[in-house]
Amino acid sequence: MGSTAPAEVERPASDVRPDLPWLTLVWNDPVNLMSYVTYVLQTVFGYPKAKAEKLMLDVHHKGRAVVSSGTREEMERDVQILHSYGLWATVQRDSA
Amino acid sequence: MSTGFSSAGRGGASILLDAGEASILRSLVEQVLGLVEPGETGDDPLQKALGIGSAEVPSDPVLARLFPSAYADDDKASAEFRRYTEATLREGKRADAETLLETAEQGKVELTAEQAQSWLRALNDVRLALGVRLEVTEEIHEELADMAENDPRYPAYVTYDWLTYLQDTLVRALW
Repeated sequence: MGSTAPAEVERPASDVRPDLPWLTLVWNDPVNLMSYVTYVLQTVFGYPKAKAEKLMLDVHHKGRAVVSSGTREEMERDVQILHSYGLWATVQRDSA
Repeated sequence: MSTGFSSAGRGGASILLDAGEASILRSLVEQVLGLVEPGETGDDPLQKALGIGSAEVPSDPVLARLFPSAYADDDKASAEFRRYTEATLREGKRADAETLLETAEQGKVELTAEQAQSWLRALNDVRLALGVRLEVTEEIHEELADMAENDPRYPAYVTYDWLTYLQDTLVRALW
């Protein structure tokens, strides 16, 4: 399997760390299924189903959601893995 | 149409495909493979070896969706990201498509956990490609229910809806 295979990302459960300045966002699109987006967030980040579902619903209802935070390099890696699954993901600096 | 995927244990999944279904799937995946395969790496052999490719957003909207820009508001950072990652992403999508082509046959298809993950991504790539071409909205399932069977869009919409069903049953089989 290629390098875009689902990675077991070993990170603490409290994944969105406010002290780290870069974010990975997932944007709503009309193709990706709610079940699929939830599954991908569980698989890629190791999130429990409830957390993955909440993030998916944020994407669905608010148009986008922050799915992880960290260093710029970590976020670029997350985005690349999410793109391998066809999710519409972007990196940005946390403006807060 | 088939009954979708069932869990096969150990992260695997299985499905019963008839000849027509296997043929449609293979044909659609081959079309996506044809789009993804060229890989716009430059002529520089060193760049090729390192997987360094084009920094340009693909002009085909399907490819632009399969390989989205990584920065919503920073073209320069997006170009740099694309230059160093798109070739790898293309290679991953190509490998997923080939796994599906090797396994999608008439009869009972039994997928290992690894193959099932490839199918999940390959099916999604086909849905993304069709979704862009058909300009689908989130209401496509309802639109299809109201669509006349002699509508020229009907066959493509039925196919898309079937792929959606396959994708959803595969996710549920793997959960």
